[in-house]
Amino acid sequence: MSTSGAELLRRVKSQIDEVDPSEVNELVGEGVTIVDVRGSEEFATGHLPGAKSIPRGHLEQRIEGVAPDRSAELILYCQSGIRSAYAARTLQEDLGYERVRSMIGGITLWKDRGYEVEIPRALSAEQRDRYSRHLLIPEIGVEGQQKLLDAKVLLLGAGGLGSPTALYLAAAGVGTLGIVDDDDVDLSNLQRQVIHSTQRIGIPKVDSAEESIHALNPDVNVVKYKTRVDASNIVEIIEGYDVVVDGVDNFPTRYLLNDASVRLRIPVVSASILGFDGQLSVFKPYDGPCYRCLFREPPPAELAPSCGANGVLGVLPGTMGLLQATEVVKLILGIGEPAIGRLLLYDALAATLTEVKVHRDPECPICSRAPNEIADEELGVFPDYEAFCAAAG
Amino acid sequence: MATIKIPPVLRASVGGEREVGASGGNVGEVLRDLASNHPATQDQLFSADGELNRYVNVYLNDEDVRVLDGLDTAVGEGDTLVILPAMAGG
Repeated sequence: MSTSGAELLRRVKSQIDEVDPSEVNELVGEGVTIVDVRGSEEFATGHLPGAKSIPRGHLEQRIEGVAPDRSAELILYCQSGIRSAYAARTLQEDLGYERVRSMIGGITLWKDRGYEVEIPRALSAEQRDRYSRHLLIPEIGVEGQQKLLDAKVLLLGAGGLGSPTALYLAAAGVGTLGIVDDDDVDLSNLQRQVIHSTQRIGIPKVDSAEESIHALNPDVNVVKYKTRVDASNIVEIIEGYDVVVDGVDNFPTRYLLNDASVRLRIPVVSASILGFDGQLSVFKPYDGPCYRCLFREPPPAELAPSCGANGVLGVLPGTMGLLQATEVVKLILGIGEPAIGRLLLYDALAATLTEVKVHRDPECPICSRAPNEIADEELGVFPDYEAFCAAAG
Repeated sequence: MATIKIPPVLRASVGGEREVGASGGNVGEVLRDLASNHPATQDQLFSADGELNRYVNVYLNDEDVRVLDGLDTAVGEGDTLVILPAMAGG
Protein backbone atom coordinates (compact mmCIF):
# COMPACT_ATOMS: atom_id res chain seq x y z
CA MET A 1 0.00 0.00 0.00
CA SER A 2 1.38 3.37 -0.97
CA THR A 3 1.72 6.24 1.48
CA SER A 4 0.40 9.70 0.67
CA GLY A 5 2.68 12.72 0.91
CA ALA A 6 0.63 14.10 3.78
CA GLU A 7 0.88 10.84 5.73
CA LEU A 8 4.61 10.63 5.13
CA LEU A 9 5.04 14.18 6.39
CA ARG A 10 3.01 13.42 9.52
CA ARG A 11 5.10 10.34 10.17
CA VAL A 12 8.38 12.21 9.64
CA LYS A 13 7.29 15.04 11.91
CA SER A 14 6.45 12.53 14.63
CA GLN A 15 10.01 11.20 14.43
CA ILE A 16 11.84 14.50 14.75
CA ASP A 17 11.97 17.43 17.14
CA GLU A 18 10.58 20.78 16.07
CA VAL A 19 11.24 24.21 17.46
CA ASP A 20 9.12 27.34 17.48
CA PRO A 21 10.49 30.50 15.80
CA SER A 22 10.27 32.35 19.13
CA GLU A 23 12.85 29.99 20.64
CA VAL A 24 15.05 30.20 17.55
CA ASN A 25 14.92 33.99 17.82
CA GLU A 26 16.40 33.69 21.30
CA LEU A 27 19.19 31.45 19.98
CA VAL A 28 20.32 33.66 17.08
CA GLY A 29 23.85 34.87 17.72
CA GLU A 30 24.33 32.41 20.61
CA GLY A 31 26.57 30.03 18.68
CA VAL A 32 23.87 27.59 17.59
CA THR A 33 24.30 26.49 13.99
CA ILE A 34 21.30 27.43 11.87
CA VAL A 35 21.05 25.90 8.41
CA ASP A 36 18.79 27.11 5.59
CA VAL A 37 17.97 24.07 3.44
CA ARG A 38 16.18 26.00 0.70
CA GLY A 39 17.68 26.54 -2.75
CA SER A 40 20.40 29.13 -3.14
CA GLU A 41 18.03 31.46 -5.07
CA GLU A 42 15.61 31.42 -2.12
CA PHE A 43 18.43 31.99 0.35
CA ALA A 44 19.53 35.04 -1.65
CA THR A 45 16.14 36.71 -1.11
CA GLY A 46 16.70 36.78 2.65
CA HIS A 47 17.55 34.40 5.49
CA LEU A 48 17.78 34.12 9.26
CA PRO A 49 20.70 36.12 10.68
CA GLY A 50 23.90 34.07 10.54
CA ALA A 51 22.23 31.10 8.84
CA LYS A 52 24.35 28.87 6.61
CA SER A 53 22.99 27.87 3.22
CA ILE A 54 22.95 24.18 2.35
CA PRO A 55 20.26 23.33 -0.21
CA ARG A 56 18.58 20.08 0.78
CA GLY A 57 19.93 18.29 -2.29
CA HIS A 58 23.48 18.89 -1.04
CA LEU A 59 22.77 18.30 2.63
CA GLU A 60 24.50 14.94 3.11
CA GLN A 61 27.67 16.05 1.31
CA ARG A 62 28.04 19.44 2.91
CA ILE A 63 26.61 19.32 6.43
CA GLU A 64 29.90 18.27 8.00
CA GLY A 65 31.51 21.42 6.65
CA VAL A 66 29.28 23.61 8.84
CA ALA A 67 28.46 21.15 11.63
CA PRO A 68 31.36 18.75 12.19
CA ASP A 69 30.20 17.88 15.73
CA ARG A 70 27.33 15.37 15.72
CA SER A 71 26.34 16.28 19.27
CA ALA A 72 26.16 20.06 18.72
CA GLU A 73 22.81 21.82 18.56
CA LEU A 74 21.56 22.29 15.02
CA ILE A 75 18.45 24.06 13.72
CA LEU A 76 17.17 23.58 10.18
CA TYR A 77 14.57 25.67 8.40
CA CYS A 78 13.08 26.14 4.97
CA GLN A 79 10.19 28.20 3.59
CA SER A 80 7.35 26.56 5.53
CA GLY A 81 8.86 23.80 7.67
CA ILE A 82 8.35 20.81 5.35
CA ARG A 83 11.69 20.42 3.58
CA SER A 84 13.49 21.07 6.86
CA ALA A 85 11.47 18.31 8.54
CA TYR A 86 12.63 15.78 5.96
CA ALA A 87 16.17 17.15 6.19
CA ALA A 88 16.13 16.85 10.00
CA ARG A 89 15.13 13.22 9.77
CA THR A 90 17.97 12.54 7.33
CA LEU A 91 20.53 14.13 9.63
CA GLN A 92 19.11 12.35 12.67
CA GLU A 93 18.51 8.89 11.23
CA ASP A 94 21.17 8.57 8.52
CA LEU A 95 24.00 10.76 9.77
CA GLY A 96 23.62 10.44 13.53
CA TYR A 97 23.10 14.09 14.49
CA GLU A 98 21.84 14.02 18.06
CA ARG A 99 20.34 17.47 18.60
CA VAL A 100 18.81 18.51 15.30
CA ARG A 101 15.48 20.35 15.18
CA SER A 102 13.30 21.72 12.39
CA MET A 103 11.80 25.20 12.74
CA ILE A 104 8.03 25.21 12.66
CA GLY A 105 6.48 27.28 9.86
CA GLY A 106 9.82 28.05 8.20
CA ILE A 107 10.92 31.54 7.31
CA THR A 108 7.32 32.43 6.36
CA LEU A 109 6.18 32.18 9.99
CA TRP A 110 9.47 33.77 11.12
CA LYS A 111 8.70 36.83 8.98
CA ASP A 112 5.05 36.91 10.09
CA ARG A 113 6.29 37.18 13.66
CA GLY A 114 8.38 40.19 12.64
CA TYR A 115 11.80 38.69 13.41
CA GLU A 116 14.94 39.96 11.71
CA VAL A 117 15.77 38.79 8.19
CA GLU A 118 19.24 39.22 6.72
CA ILE A 119 19.37 40.04 3.02
CA PRO A 120 22.71 38.85 1.61
CA ARG A 121 24.44 41.22 -0.73
CA ALA A 122 24.26 39.56 -4.09
CA LEU A 123 27.26 38.66 -6.17
CA SER A 124 27.00 39.66 -9.80
CA ALA A 125 26.49 36.92 -12.38
CA GLU A 126 30.12 37.34 -13.41
CA GLN A 127 31.31 37.06 -9.80
CA ARG A 128 29.21 33.93 -9.28
CA ASP A 129 30.98 32.40 -12.23
CA ARG A 130 34.47 33.69 -11.39
CA TYR A 131 34.33 32.54 -7.77
CA SER A 132 32.15 29.46 -8.35
CA ARG A 133 34.78 27.07 -6.97
CA HIS A 134 34.84 29.08 -3.74
CA LEU A 135 31.05 29.19 -3.54
CA LEU A 136 30.96 25.40 -3.64
CA ILE A 137 33.08 25.10 -0.50
CA PRO A 138 30.84 25.28 2.59
CA GLU A 139 33.57 27.04 4.61
CA ILE A 140 33.57 29.88 2.08
CA GLY A 141 30.31 30.16 0.14
CA VAL A 142 28.75 33.52 -0.75
CA GLU A 143 29.30 34.84 2.75
CA GLY A 144 33.01 34.02 2.73
CA GLN A 145 33.45 35.38 -0.77
CA GLN A 146 31.88 38.64 0.38
CA LYS A 147 34.41 38.75 3.22
CA LEU A 148 37.22 38.33 0.70
CA LEU A 149 35.76 41.05 -1.53
CA ASP A 150 35.51 43.37 1.47
CA ALA A 151 39.03 42.60 2.73
CA LYS A 152 41.98 44.98 2.56
CA VAL A 153 45.39 43.31 2.49
CA LEU A 154 48.71 45.14 2.37
CA LEU A 155 51.73 43.53 0.73
CA LEU A 156 55.01 44.84 1.99
CA GLY A 157 57.27 44.12 -0.96
CA ALA A 158 56.35 43.15 -4.52
CA GLY A 159 59.35 40.86 -4.84
CA GLY A 160 59.87 37.13 -4.47
CA LEU A 161 57.28 36.52 -1.76
CA GLY A 162 54.95 39.35 -2.75
CA SER A 163 54.60 38.19 -6.36
CA PRO A 164 52.81 34.88 -5.86
CA THR A 165 50.93 36.20 -2.82
CA ALA A 166 49.55 39.15 -4.78
CA LEU A 167 48.54 37.03 -7.77
CA TYR A 168 46.68 34.41 -5.75
CA LEU A 169 45.01 36.90 -3.41
CA ALA A 170 43.86 38.83 -6.49
CA ALA A 171 42.56 35.65 -8.07
CA ALA A 172 40.75 34.78 -4.84
CA GLY A 173 38.92 38.10 -5.01
CA VAL A 174 40.53 40.02 -2.15
CA GLY A 175 38.91 43.39 -2.79
CA THR A 176 41.76 45.75 -1.96
CA LEU A 177 45.45 44.98 -2.34
CA GLY A 178 47.91 47.62 -1.16
CA ILE A 179 51.44 47.18 -2.52
CA VAL A 180 54.50 48.87 -1.07
CA ASP A 181 57.70 48.73 -3.10
CA ASP A 182 60.23 51.35 -4.09
CA ASP A 183 62.08 49.32 -6.74
CA ASP A 184 61.86 49.01 -10.50
CA VAL A 185 61.65 45.66 -12.26
CA ASP A 186 65.11 44.25 -12.98
CA LEU A 187 66.06 41.34 -15.22
CA SER A 188 67.55 39.48 -12.23
CA ASN A 189 64.14 39.59 -10.48
CA LEU A 190 62.42 37.47 -13.12
CA GLN A 191 63.93 34.15 -11.99
CA ARG A 192 61.30 34.21 -9.20
CA GLN A 193 59.15 37.38 -9.23
CA VAL A 194 56.41 36.02 -11.45
CA ILE A 195 54.08 39.02 -11.21
CA HIS A 196 56.49 41.01 -13.39
CA SER A 197 57.55 40.34 -16.98
CA THR A 198 60.39 40.79 -19.41
CA GLN A 199 58.54 43.57 -21.23
CA ARG A 200 58.21 45.53 -17.99
CA ILE A 201 61.90 45.70 -17.03
CA GLY A 202 62.70 49.19 -15.81
CA ILE A 203 59.18 50.21 -14.77
CA PRO A 204 58.19 50.53 -11.11
CA LYS A 205 57.29 47.21 -9.49
CA VAL A 206 54.06 48.64 -8.09
CA ASP A 207 52.91 49.57 -11.63
CA SER A 208 53.97 46.21 -13.04
CA ALA A 209 52.18 44.37 -10.23
CA GLU A 210 49.03 46.42 -10.76
CA GLU A 211 49.00 45.54 -14.45
CA SER A 212 49.25 41.80 -13.75
CA ILE A 213 46.63 41.95 -11.00
CA HIS A 214 44.12 43.76 -13.18
CA ALA A 215 44.76 41.41 -16.10
CA LEU A 216 43.89 38.54 -13.77
CA ASN A 217 41.01 40.14 -11.88
CA PRO A 218 39.65 43.62 -12.62
CA ASP A 219 37.54 43.42 -9.41
CA VAL A 220 40.61 44.19 -7.31
CA ASN A 221 41.31 47.72 -6.17
CA VAL A 222 45.10 48.18 -6.19
CA VAL A 223 46.58 50.85 -3.93
CA LYS A 224 50.18 51.63 -4.84
CA TYR A 225 52.87 52.96 -2.51
CA LYS A 226 56.09 53.55 -4.43
CA THR A 227 58.12 54.24 -1.36
CA ARG A 228 60.29 52.65 1.30
CA VAL A 229 58.57 52.20 4.62
CA ASP A 230 60.28 53.88 7.53
CA ALA A 231 59.34 55.03 10.99
CA SER A 232 57.88 58.25 9.59
CA ASN A 233 55.33 56.65 7.25
CA ILE A 234 54.63 53.10 8.41
CA VAL A 235 51.66 53.83 10.66
CA GLU A 236 50.00 55.93 7.98
CA ILE A 237 50.52 53.21 5.35
CA ILE A 238 49.38 50.13 7.28
CA GLU A 239 46.50 51.71 9.21
CA GLY A 240 43.13 50.50 7.96
CA TYR A 241 44.36 47.23 6.47
CA ASP A 242 42.95 43.95 7.78
CA VAL A 243 46.12 41.91 7.26
CA VAL A 244 49.69 42.78 6.34
CA VAL A 245 51.88 40.35 4.39
CA ASP A 246 55.54 40.66 5.31
CA GLY A 247 57.80 39.80 2.40
CA VAL A 248 60.50 42.39 2.98
CA ASP A 249 64.19 41.65 2.50
CA ASN A 250 65.75 43.28 5.56
CA PHE A 251 65.63 43.13 9.35
CA PRO A 252 65.07 46.81 10.18
CA THR A 253 61.81 46.85 8.21
CA ARG A 254 60.67 43.55 9.74
CA TYR A 255 61.08 44.90 13.27
CA LEU A 256 59.56 48.24 12.30
CA LEU A 257 56.54 46.51 10.79
CA ASN A 258 56.19 44.32 13.86
CA ASP A 259 56.17 47.22 16.25
CA ALA A 260 53.69 49.27 14.23
CA SER A 261 51.38 46.31 13.62
CA VAL A 262 51.29 45.47 17.33
CA ARG A 263 50.39 49.06 18.10
CA LEU A 264 47.60 49.00 15.50
CA ARG A 265 46.61 45.39 16.31
CA ILE A 266 46.91 44.27 12.69
CA PRO A 267 47.86 40.62 12.08
CA VAL A 268 51.00 40.02 10.03
CA VAL A 269 51.61 36.95 7.90
CA SER A 270 55.37 36.73 7.82
CA ALA A 271 57.73 34.65 5.72
CA SER A 272 61.40 34.76 4.90
CA ILE A 273 63.58 32.85 2.50
CA LEU A 274 67.24 32.06 1.96
CA GLY A 275 68.85 29.54 -0.32
CA PHE A 276 66.66 26.45 -0.08
CA ASP A 277 65.06 27.31 3.27
CA GLY A 278 61.94 29.18 4.22
CA GLN A 279 60.29 30.26 7.48
CA LEU A 280 56.67 31.23 8.04
CA SER A 281 54.55 32.36 10.97
CA VAL A 282 51.45 34.43 11.69
CA PHE A 283 51.85 37.20 14.25
CA LYS A 284 48.45 38.21 15.58
CA PRO A 285 49.00 40.93 18.16
CA TYR A 286 47.99 39.97 21.70
CA ASP A 287 46.48 36.64 20.55
CA GLY A 288 49.93 35.18 20.03
CA PRO A 289 53.59 36.11 20.06
CA CYS A 290 55.01 38.94 17.96
CA TYR A 291 58.14 38.94 15.81
CA ARG A 292 60.20 40.29 18.70
CA CYS A 293 58.98 37.46 20.96
CA LEU A 294 60.36 35.02 18.39
CA PHE A 295 63.56 36.85 17.51
CA ARG A 296 64.50 39.11 20.39
CA GLU A 297 67.35 40.70 18.50
CA PRO A 298 68.39 40.77 14.88
CA PRO A 299 71.54 38.76 14.25
CA PRO A 300 74.86 40.51 13.68
CA ALA A 301 76.08 41.22 10.19
CA GLU A 302 77.93 37.94 9.61
CA LEU A 303 74.78 35.99 10.49
CA ALA A 304 72.38 38.38 8.75
CA PRO A 305 72.77 37.45 5.12
CA SER A 306 69.68 39.42 4.18
CA CYS A 307 71.75 42.57 4.45
CA GLY A 308 73.86 41.51 1.49
CA ALA A 309 73.11 39.90 -1.84
CA ASN A 310 72.25 36.22 -1.40
CA GLY A 311 71.02 33.48 -3.61
CA VAL A 312 67.63 31.85 -3.42
CA LEU A 313 66.05 28.96 -5.27
CA GLY A 314 63.65 30.60 -7.74
CA VAL A 315 60.63 28.47 -6.86
CA LEU A 316 61.11 28.81 -3.08
CA PRO A 317 59.39 32.21 -2.74
CA GLY A 318 56.54 30.66 -4.72
CA THR A 319 56.13 27.95 -2.11
CA MET A 320 56.47 30.29 0.85
CA GLY A 321 54.43 33.11 -0.72
CA LEU A 322 51.53 30.78 -1.34
CA LEU A 323 51.67 29.49 2.22
CA GLN A 324 51.38 33.16 3.19
CA ALA A 325 48.45 33.71 0.82
CA THR A 326 46.73 30.69 2.33
CA GLU A 327 47.15 32.06 5.86
CA VAL A 328 45.81 35.45 4.72
CA VAL A 329 42.67 33.85 3.28
CA LYS A 330 42.17 31.83 6.49
CA LEU A 331 42.47 34.95 8.63
CA ILE A 332 39.96 36.83 6.48
CA LEU A 333 37.47 33.95 6.52
CA GLY A 334 38.09 33.04 10.15
CA ILE A 335 38.57 29.36 9.30
CA GLY A 336 41.12 26.69 10.15
CA GLU A 337 44.10 26.98 12.44
CA PRO A 338 46.32 29.88 11.46
CA ALA A 339 50.05 29.47 12.15
CA ILE A 340 49.85 31.63 15.28
CA GLY A 341 52.42 30.66 17.90
CA ARG A 342 54.07 28.30 15.46
CA LEU A 343 57.02 28.73 13.13
CA LEU A 344 57.01 26.53 10.06
CA LEU A 345 60.39 25.68 8.61
CA TYR A 346 60.42 24.50 5.02
CA ASP A 347 63.53 22.74 3.74
CA ALA A 348 63.20 22.49 -0.03
CA LEU A 349 66.14 20.11 -0.51
CA ALA A 350 64.96 17.67 2.13
CA ALA A 351 61.29 18.22 1.20
CA THR A 352 60.38 18.57 4.87
CA LEU A 353 58.18 20.94 6.80
CA THR A 354 59.18 21.20 10.47
CA GLU A 355 57.26 23.11 13.11
CA VAL A 356 58.50 24.71 16.31
CA LYS A 357 56.50 26.46 19.00
CA VAL A 358 56.68 30.20 19.51
CA HIS A 359 55.63 31.67 22.84
CA ARG A 360 54.71 35.17 23.89
CA ASP A 361 57.64 36.67 25.75
CA PRO A 362 56.40 38.22 29.01
CA GLU A 363 59.35 40.58 28.76
CA CYS A 364 58.81 41.50 25.10
CA PRO A 365 59.73 45.18 24.74
CA ILE A 366 56.71 45.73 22.50
CA CYS A 367 53.80 43.32 22.93
CA SER A 368 54.07 43.00 26.70
CA ARG A 369 52.65 46.54 26.77
CA ALA A 370 49.31 48.01 25.74
CA PRO A 371 49.12 49.46 22.21
CA ASN A 372 48.72 53.03 23.42
CA GLU A 373 51.91 52.74 25.48
CA ILE A 374 54.05 52.14 22.38
CA ALA A 375 55.42 55.51 21.31
CA ASP A 376 56.25 56.66 17.78
CA GLU A 377 59.93 57.01 18.69
CA GLU A 378 60.13 53.35 19.71
CA LEU A 379 58.96 51.83 16.43
CA GLY A 380 61.66 49.62 14.91
CA VAL A 381 64.34 50.86 17.26
CA PHE A 382 67.55 48.91 17.79
CA PRO A 383 70.85 50.41 18.84
CA ASP A 384 73.15 51.03 15.87
CA TYR A 385 71.02 48.86 13.63
CA GLU A 386 71.32 50.84 10.41
CA ALA A 387 75.06 51.05 10.98
CA PHE A 388 75.68 47.34 11.13
CA CYS A 389 73.43 46.59 8.18
CA ALA A 390 75.26 49.20 6.17
CA ALA A 391 78.55 47.61 7.19
CA ALA A 392 77.30 44.22 6.01
CA GLY A 393 76.54 45.70 2.62
CA MET B 1 74.08 11.27 20.68
CA ALA B 2 71.68 14.06 19.75
CA THR B 3 71.13 15.40 16.24
CA ILE B 4 71.60 19.11 15.60
CA LYS B 5 69.91 20.73 12.62
CA ILE B 6 72.23 23.37 11.22
CA PRO B 7 70.67 26.48 9.64
CA PRO B 8 71.94 27.75 6.26
CA VAL B 9 74.03 30.56 7.75
CA LEU B 10 76.00 28.15 9.95
CA ARG B 11 76.54 25.37 7.43
CA ALA B 12 79.86 26.77 6.19
CA SER B 13 81.13 26.47 9.77
CA VAL B 14 80.38 22.74 9.91
CA GLY B 15 81.76 21.75 6.52
CA GLY B 16 78.47 22.25 4.69
CA GLU B 17 76.54 19.67 6.72
CA ARG B 18 72.80 20.14 7.28
CA GLU B 19 72.75 17.93 10.37
CA VAL B 20 75.51 16.91 12.73
CA GLY B 21 75.62 14.70 15.79
CA ALA B 22 76.88 15.95 19.15
CA SER B 23 77.14 14.50 22.65
CA GLY B 24 76.09 15.80 26.02
CA GLY B 25 73.50 15.43 28.75
CA ASN B 26 71.99 18.86 28.35
CA VAL B 27 71.57 21.57 25.72
CA GLY B 28 74.66 23.50 26.84
CA GLU B 29 76.88 20.40 26.72
CA VAL B 30 75.60 19.37 23.30
CA LEU B 31 76.18 22.83 21.85
CA ARG B 32 79.62 23.08 23.43
CA ASP B 33 80.46 19.69 21.92
CA LEU B 34 79.39 21.09 18.55
CA ALA B 35 81.57 24.15 19.10
CA SER B 36 84.61 22.08 20.08
CA ASN B 37 84.26 19.94 16.96
CA HIS B 38 83.52 22.97 14.77
CA PRO B 39 85.26 25.94 16.41
CA ALA B 40 83.87 28.41 13.85
CA THR B 41 80.45 28.02 15.49
CA GLN B 42 81.68 29.06 18.96
CA ASP B 43 81.29 32.81 18.55
CA GLN B 44 78.13 32.44 16.51
CA LEU B 45 76.38 30.49 19.26
CA PHE B 46 77.89 31.80 22.50
CA SER B 47 78.63 35.22 23.89
CA ALA B 48 81.91 35.94 25.71
CA ASP B 49 80.34 34.98 29.05
CA GLY B 50 79.31 31.55 27.78
CA GLU B 51 75.61 32.30 27.42
CA LEU B 52 73.65 31.60 24.25
CA ASN B 53 73.62 34.66 22.04
CA ARG B 54 70.27 36.44 22.24
CA TYR B 55 69.76 36.29 18.49
CA VAL B 56 70.09 32.49 18.36
CA ASN B 57 67.00 30.41 19.09
CA VAL B 58 67.46 26.79 20.07
CA TYR B 59 64.65 24.26 20.10
CA LEU B 60 64.68 20.85 21.71
CA ASN B 61 62.54 18.93 19.24
CA ASP B 62 59.74 21.51 18.78
CA GLU B 63 60.07 23.44 22.05
CA ASP B 64 62.03 26.63 22.64
CA VAL B 65 64.67 25.88 25.28
CA ARG B 66 64.03 29.35 26.77
CA VAL B 67 60.71 28.07 28.13
CA LEU B 68 62.39 24.87 29.32
CA ASP B 69 65.58 25.09 31.39
CA GLY B 70 67.71 26.94 28.85
CA LEU B 71 71.19 25.49 28.45
CA ASP B 72 70.48 23.17 31.41
CA THR B 73 67.60 21.45 29.61
CA ALA B 74 68.21 17.71 29.60
CA VAL B 75 68.83 16.12 26.20
CA GLY B 76 68.17 12.45 25.59
CA GLU B 77 69.47 10.05 22.98
CA GLY B 78 67.54 10.56 19.77
CA ASP B 79 66.50 14.13 20.57
CA THR B 80 66.88 16.77 17.90
CA LEU B 81 68.16 20.27 18.53
CA VAL B 82 67.18 22.94 16.03
CA ILE B 83 69.42 26.00 15.85
CA LEU B 84 67.46 28.86 14.36
CA PRO B 85 68.69 32.33 13.63
CA ALA B 86 66.28 34.84 12.08
CA MET B 87 66.29 35.15 8.29
CA ALA B 88 65.12 38.24 6.47
CA GLY B 89 65.18 37.36 2.79
CA GLY B 90 62.07 38.20 0.84
